[in-house]
Amino acid sequence: MNGVELRDGVVAVVKADCPTCRLVAPLLSTLDVEVVSEDADAGLATSYRLGVEAVPTLVRLKAGEEVERLVGWDRAAWRSFTGVADLGDDLPQYRPGCGSRTQDPGVAEELAVRFGGSQLRARRVELGALEDEAEAIFDRGWTDGLPVVPPTESRVLRMLEGTTRAPDEVVGVVPPDLVHCTVEKVAINAVMAGCRPEYLPVVLAAVEACCTSEFNGHGLLATTYFSGPVVIVNGPVRRAIGMNSGVNALGQGTRANLAVGRALQLVIRNVGGGRPGGVDRATLGNPGKIAFCFAEDEEGSPFEPLSVSRGAPAGASAVTLFAGAGVQPVVDQLSRDPESLARTLAVCLRTVAHPKLVIAFDALIVISPEHGRVFRQAGWDRARLLDELTALLQLPGSELVRGAGGIAEGVPGHLAGTTLPKFRPGGLLVTHAGGRAGLFSAIVAGWASGETGSQPVTREVGT
Amino acid sequence: MTSETVDTATAPRVLLDPTGERVAATVPRAARPRSLDGLTVGLLNITKPRGDVFLDRLEGLLTERGLRVERYAKPTFTKPAPVDLRHEIATKCDLVIEALAD
Repeated sequence: MNGVELRDGVVAVVKADCPTCRLVAPLLSTLDVEVVSEDADAGLATSYRLGVEAVPTLVRLKAGEEVERLVGWDRAAWRSFTGVADLGDDLPQYRPGCGSRTQDPGVAEELAVRFGGSQLRARRVELGALEDEAEAIFDRGWTDGLPVVPPTESRVLRMLEGTTRAPDEVVGVVPPDLVHCTVEKVAINAVMAGCRPEYLPVVLAAVEACCTSEFNGHGLLATTYFSGPVVIVNGPVRRAIGMNSGVNALGQGTRANLAVGRALQLVIRNVGGGRPGGVDRATLGNPGKIAFCFAEDEEGSPFEPLSVSRGAPAGASAVTLFAGAGVQPVVDQLSRDPESLARTLAVCLRTVAHPKLVIAFDALIVISPEHGRVFRQAGWDRARLLDELTALLQLPGSELVRGAGGIAEGVPGHLAGTTLPKFRPGGLLVTHAGGRAGLFSAIVAGWASGETGSQPVTREVGT
Repeated sequence: MTSETVDTATAPRVLLDPTGERVAATVPRAARPRSLDGLTVGLLNITKPRGDVFLDRLEGLLTERGLRVERYAKPTFTKPAPVDLRHEIATKCDLVIEALAD
């Protein structure tokens, strides 16, 4: 019983503000029972360890083990339990009990920390009496430059309620330090990022995806390039946790979007040891490296969900990670037919990284609802749009070679007579998000593509 | 906590460590050779553009001085060198020069 000494016999757990407990109090004083009140710390500990859910509760212990339990007031049941035949003649036959204080909102995790013999393994860091919590965390280098929620044990235990996975289960091996990262460590960083417990499964899926060799989180972190992980969420979990796929979907203001993206980055920083100026060698970086996570607008989309197009089951929640470098606007307020709009996207896509560089970089296209309507009305699905873009982005080598256009950058001269695709096969992702007004879409330029760099990775969200 | 019996105001504030809690291993640097005479030099191209230009020139200069040179390349600059490649270099070479060109 975790250090609580309970003698054999009957224990009665009560609390002061329970009318049923007050009703039976005079009677309890006449019986051979140990009365334990939840209003005192020791009593609360006993109640917690006995797993009492309502009061009054009678528990009979024999050789340290529970052998019988009775909840509430029921005259016949109490008579049978105590063996006293004329017990409580002056009391009503039956009164239900009240909720135990151990069941009050937010209390269970506090009690688990204080009395429960925590199963969590992370090192405990005790702060000085005069230390400011937020400053103490900055001082230890645990933040991305913004304040975080202090990861107390009770908050982490509450976070862990968001998943069915065990705290010591390994989620992935996090680069760059190649640390085996447990569910507990993800939960700690999720607390710091501002997540609610129900976001945790999404964060876990994102961490899993980031730790795959296809996604190449190590190279993505270490590169001098701008990119960082972009998380696109599909399926019912979007609505369940309140993610934004509408107005300002890529921007500020939605807790679930930002906290999930930030939690992934904090895991890389804290668990993986990936810090700017350390292994992170980004020349400029991009603001999305604090958090870049949004939901796809599936309901208004002309396309099937991105996750489904990448092999996830329809109706399942999933995350797709893309190594993205920031948002490039695409403005076209005049195209009303899909051919014209595809040509607009193509000329804008050509500028990804450099108009004269090809194949080396992927791109994610975020089609907004007003642009999506043009494709839907014309009956274009994702495959059709990608086919059209691929055809439009076959570029003459003569325009791309080094020196062409008076620009030294470009492909080697021997490719002058060839035709080269801007993107490798599979190097374009298309998703749908944004507010209902605005004939704009967005390009999120990628990083070194394919097997030489990062490939997008889709993972189902578990429980 | 709502009860006066659970006094969180004076309880010690304890946080859980969000890091990997690794103790950094210290690996001593290999001894620097006093001279290159008779040694084999590995030249490792991480396969960034123009790394070959730098290493070709180095190979010429080292060969002129009568040194043996072994050339290596990583499959991709975006990922750490495979362990077998690192082992081969360590086995065959006395020192290695890596080209981080761009």
